[in-house]
Amino acid sequence: MTPAEIQIALKEELHRIAPDIEVTEIDPAADLREEFDIDSIDFLTLVTALGKRFNLAMPEADYAHMGTFNDLLTYLVGSLHK
Amino acid sequence: MPSLGADMEAGTLVEWLKEPGETVKRGDIVAVVETQKGAIEIEIFENGVLESYLVEIGNKVPVGTPLATIRGKGATIEEAKPERKAEAAKTAEAAAPQPPESVEKAPDAQAKPIETPRIEGERLRITPAARRMAAQSGISLEMLSNASNDFISLSDVEERIGGTVASEKFSMRDAIAAAMSRSKREIPHYYLSHTTDISAAVNFVAETNKNRAPEERLLLGALYLKAVAKALSKYPEFNGHFTKNVYHESSAVHAGMAINIRGGGLVAPAIHDTESRDLDELMTAMRDLIIRVRAGRFRARELSDATITITSLGDRGVDQLFGIIYPPQVAIIGIGTPARRPWVHDGILVPREVTTLTLAADHRVSDGHRGALFLRAIDKQLQSPEAL
Repeated sequence: MTPAEIQIALKEELHRIAPDIEVTEIDPAADLREEFDIDSIDFLTLVTALGKRFNLAMPEADYAHMGTFNDLLTYLVGSLHK
Repeated sequence: MPSLGADMEAGTLVEWLKEPGETVKRGDIVAVVETQKGAIEIEIFENGVLESYLVEIGNKVPVGTPLATIRGKGATIEEAKPERKAEAAKTAEAAAPQPPESVEKAPDAQAKPIETPRIEGERLRITPAARRMAAQSGISLEMLSNASNDFISLSDVEERIGGTVASEKFSMRDAIAAAMSRSKREIPHYYLSHTTDISAAVNFVAETNKNRAPEERLLLGALYLKAVAKALSKYPEFNGHFTKNVYHESSAVHAGMAINIRGGGLVAPAIHDTESRDLDELMTAMRDLIIRVRAGRFRARELSDATITITSLGDRGVDQLFGIIYPPQVAIIGIGTPARRPWVHDGILVPREVTTLTLAADHRVSDGHRGALFLRAIDKQLQSPEAL
């Protein structure tokens, strides 16, 4: 999977959780939960969906690397290209 | 058209999920009704055959109006002729509010294995505002689902109508306004607050989740639900309904979980039999409920059955909240955003995870002394998370 494909997949999963927020309108370097107005259970839903989609463990210890849209994308790309 | 609270006068039928001639059994979801509180799924309480629709999609009818006729078992086709229909057919009195004493299990109550909740509205992904708009404009949902294979939003529906439409958030706001005005008018609230160290609960969740796949992970919210439910066993004056000047305590805890709705408003549907479910089951129930609420799909009983409300500010909120009781309930527990704060623990000043629990309760039913003991009991439960 290319980084561009991963980005599309990430946008799709975010759109499922926050259909009222356009990914193009958010600040990709700002706090993901603030930008998409998602709470802890939404975030867990997102992590669950991404973990299933990419077959990744997405451990809680790594949540610190998922703080912004850019961080999360970098994390996914890095995990998938190890 | 079931009543979903004293403030509801009418509802709009937006979707039939069963066809005439289909067999229906108790617990089946047969229709979706749009109310001020959002789209509500209507359960059936009879076994039989759906004979005919009595209300057309898009029509708004008063509470109490029959929506469909259900032919009960034993009534043959011949018996269902028009002149006999009145006695053979039973009105679908779906989802009449159950008394709080009811300990009847919800159909999903025994879901034992941990499973990722499926989005129930899968075949039609539509936001509540869009669903409402479609119903009011007489646009069939099938037309919309063909128009787009993505999430159907308000703008999709507006496009279909071909005009601009005023905000649809008013009706939800009206419902909240009515319920909260009634609460402030009728219920003599008293308020208590208690700040506590919840490091044990936070650590327990982190430790439990360490080797778990995301779909099996716990959130603090599940611990709060269970802690409140267990504490209530000794404080029944906070768990029930106050109706017609009489307090009816409930033997089961149906904790209403306040859920924020994207785009405005909130609802607090019940997680049935909170006290008898373990943490994993509560997590599954919470995830399922939140996904359905966000998709605009929850059941009538889930709104009317709650015996107490729990509202948690989550991890992006503030220190504490002062709740307004949702009538006819008599108490609401507020849980502030946990924060790392200086705390004296075992005689030493150390950073700990601290949160503030609040209680708003009905003075017609209980007093501050008992309220304080109840809040302390919740605190105590949270100190032993492994026993929850």
